[in-house]
Amino acid sequence: MDLTTVWFCLIALLWMGYFVLEGFDFGVGMLLPVLAHDDRERRVLINTIGPVWDGNEVWVLTAGGATFAAFPDWYATLFSGFYLPLLFIVMGLIVRGVAFEFRHQRPGRVWAAWWDRAIVVGSFVPAVLWGVAFANIVRGVPIDADMNFRGTIWTLLNPIGILGGLMTLALFLTHGAMFIALKTDGEIRHRARRLSVYLGAVAAVLAVVFLAWAQVHTGNLASAILFVAAAACLVAGIAAAALGREGWGFLGTFLTLLLAVSGLFEALFPDVMPTTLAGGTTLTTANASATHYTLTVMTIIAAIFTPCVVLYQAWSYWIFRKRIGVHHIPTEELAHAGGRAEIGLDPDPGDVVQ
Amino acid sequence: MDSILDVARWQFGIVTIYHFLFVPLSIGLSALVAVMETIWLRTKNQDWLRLTKFVSRLLLINLAMGVVTGIVQEFQFGMNWSDYSRFVGDIFGAPLAVEALLAFFLESTFIGLWIFGWDKVPRALHASFMWIVHLGTLFSSWFILAANSWMQHPVGCRMPNPPPGVGCVAGPTRNGRAELTDFWAVMFNKVQLGAFPHVIFAAYMTSAVLLVAICGWLYARAAKHVPTSDDAVESDAVEGAESEAASDRRLYRRGIRLGAWVAIVAFAGVAISGDVQGKIMTDVQPMKMASAEALFQTSDTDAPFSLFTIGTRDGRHKRFAVEIPGLLSFLATGHFDQRVQGINNLQAEYQQTFGPGNYTPIIPVTYWSFRWMMGLGAAGLLGAIAILWLTRRERAPTFRWYTWIAIWAPLFALFGNSVGWLFTEMGRQPWVVFGMMRTSSAVSPGVSLTEAWISIVGLCALYAVLAVVEIGLLLHYIKRGADPFVEPPDRKWREKHHDDEPLTFAY
Repeated sequence: MDLTTVWFCLIALLWMGYFVLEGFDFGVGMLLPVLAHDDRERRVLINTIGPVWDGNEVWVLTAGGATFAAFPDWYATLFSGFYLPLLFIVMGLIVRGVAFEFRHQRPGRVWAAWWDRAIVVGSFVPAVLWGVAFANIVRGVPIDADMNFRGTIWTLLNPIGILGGLMTLALFLTHGAMFIALKTDGEIRHRARRLSVYLGAVAAVLAVVFLAWAQVHTGNLASAILFVAAAACLVAGIAAAALGREGWGFLGTFLTLLLAVSGLFEALFPDVMPTTLAGGTTLTTANASATHYTLTVMTIIAAIFTPCVVLYQAWSYWIFRKRIGVHHIPTEELAHAGGRAEIGLDPDPGDVVQ
Repeated sequence: MDSILDVARWQFGIVTIYHFLFVPLSIGLSALVAVMETIWLRTKNQDWLRLTKFVSRLLLINLAMGVVTGIVQEFQFGMNWSDYSRFVGDIFGAPLAVEALLAFFLESTFIGLWIFGWDKVPRALHASFMWIVHLGTLFSSWFILAANSWMQHPVGCRMPNPPPGVGCVAGPTRNGRAELTDFWAVMFNKVQLGAFPHVIFAAYMTSAVLLVAICGWLYARAAKHVPTSDDAVESDAVEGAESEAASDRRLYRRGIRLGAWVAIVAFAGVAISGDVQGKIMTDVQPMKMASAEALFQTSDTDAPFSLFTIGTRDGRHKRFAVEIPGLLSFLATGHFDQRVQGINNLQAEYQQTFGPGNYTPIIPVTYWSFRWMMGLGAAGLLGAIAILWLTRRERAPTFRWYTWIAIWAPLFALFGNSVGWLFTEMGRQPWVVFGMMRTSSAVSPGVSLTEAWISIVGLCALYAVLAVVEIGLLLHYIKRGADPFVEPPDRKWREKHHDDEPLTFAY
């Protein structure tokens, strides 16, 4: 297989990893005001992703870096072309990231409420805009002969782009609800499972419409199989959740995202960014790629280290595999009674009591 | 700022310097926390666990800011500098991708394990997580500095018309871009071999000065607490217990001493690596060295180094200067009597090589940032030494300016890092890649001025708010000081019987 094809597949793999992992982070963040009824429940939700969200986010940084290294022109056209959506995504990721770390640093309802808003907005904006971006990549955008994007943000907010955004929004919400049902205990677990079924139904409708469009627009036999499999997994996942099987439900949305993203990349190949302009340049794995030498070096490094990353990240999920319930959340009273909750990094600074 | 070039340059400068306020602290504090936790494991001395937790809190607040501001760094090459990305991507993209794969995954996964894993793994393994995080920060520095060093001195590459003096061969490439021919040459660029130790030692020094300053301030606060009869009664009541203030004093003195020695050793590393860098810079970027001293005329022998100069605004004429004879020659070449090339000479030489144009950086910026870099670094170290001296042998510092030293010393050290970057990046201008690509031709052609303005204003506003929050949190925890010692729970205790107990740590 040609190295440019290898790197196309690797970048697809990084995006698949990003969507299945940070997808549920986004879902958990957006469901914060929906599923949690009080502060302890909100903390339960945040702590389901507390130890892992940062590692999940690195998948997109690696995807960006890999695109830069393997397909410099793809990176240049995509990032300068999708300028404002990417800016808003970055700003969302910034406020969301610091919110996780800063929210617990001080007591007080107002302080926590502001960071909760940051988590919701910072999860919502990227969840929608990644979908808009991907829909537009598959749909094609105006790219001139010099590989520069000739449009504005309004070019990207076309019906297909918006449909793609709504689809990722609904899928990530479903995925997040499935994850919460799998990772929590008590009342919130059942609430999440019930909600995942309704969200899943909406996501299924949007996904079927969008994937059918993508198949008609640019699909092939392989992408058709992947899209059908993705839809089947989503339906199976929803059914499993409805029957109370949380693990199977989560596996369902996990595979749905994996298969849908791989199907979109399969449909795109060998293009990486088709143009809609007559006389424009369609970016392909051939004309946007780095040199054979660079790709060789990168292939060796990726072959050695990607398995290591997957192994230690999976191990960290294993370490934090236990379900979390409200009884696991340390409280101020416990902390100041000298209870074991104070151990580690004091979860609740003492200002309230002092 | 009426061109996208200006906006993009200001944005890069602002967000990069902002990002690099958190980077040295994350590198250095992760090392210090790892050392403290390891000492605690080895000695079982409670002070070291208290220090571990106290300092780690400052580390985590900084690290969160470093992580999120780092996303902007990775995205803005493509967003604002797409022509740059096209031209260098074959070479420059590789270290960025490898940095994410090797360093970012390591840091993000293992910091999560460290924060939440106190009672989930054996203690030695827990301490190793922080060492792994630190290793991740070193990997990260290596790859990103290799990328930056390539911009200062391109090596291991091929392009149609490579400039003389750089490590690139002539050959056809796609669209005339620069292409990689030797990955290892890029990884072990001689500029990189000087820059990496310089940046890492500076990070250690900055963090150590911060540790000294915080512990110094807390020590003075604890030392003010004169034992009273109440304390005596209390300590009599608890057999063998010392007063809280006395144990705090001992704790913070440990922090001061650890920090001061690290700072002194690291400063030596900064100075030695900086000296090596100066010689490499003279070799590969003579214009940068000349503009560091605002040396317009080539000095055939004994080039002096001025401590400060009062001159005209463009830096062309000096009115008054305090000079050390021969020092610039020594900094540039290692000999006090060697020839150092001047700006006018180099400008003429570059015009012959590259065609008409201005090849001189903004002299007042390079001249002063070079001095501020060294001066601020030295001032930070002196502050740390002053605190070490004023707290010697259990002394309670009563010196009036003591608090100001504690406030300014770490800020001086930190800003020394900032102006160092300002110097090395502004000194390279007008080039974005030395001899190969001008900054003016690197900017994205498709991005509108409105978009660029939305970006810079949005990011600056967000960063300003976050700066206020971050400073507030840091001050809050510094004032609070180290928490009392609590034995971390046992993993087996947790696993066997207490799965339903509250988590050791939760967000």
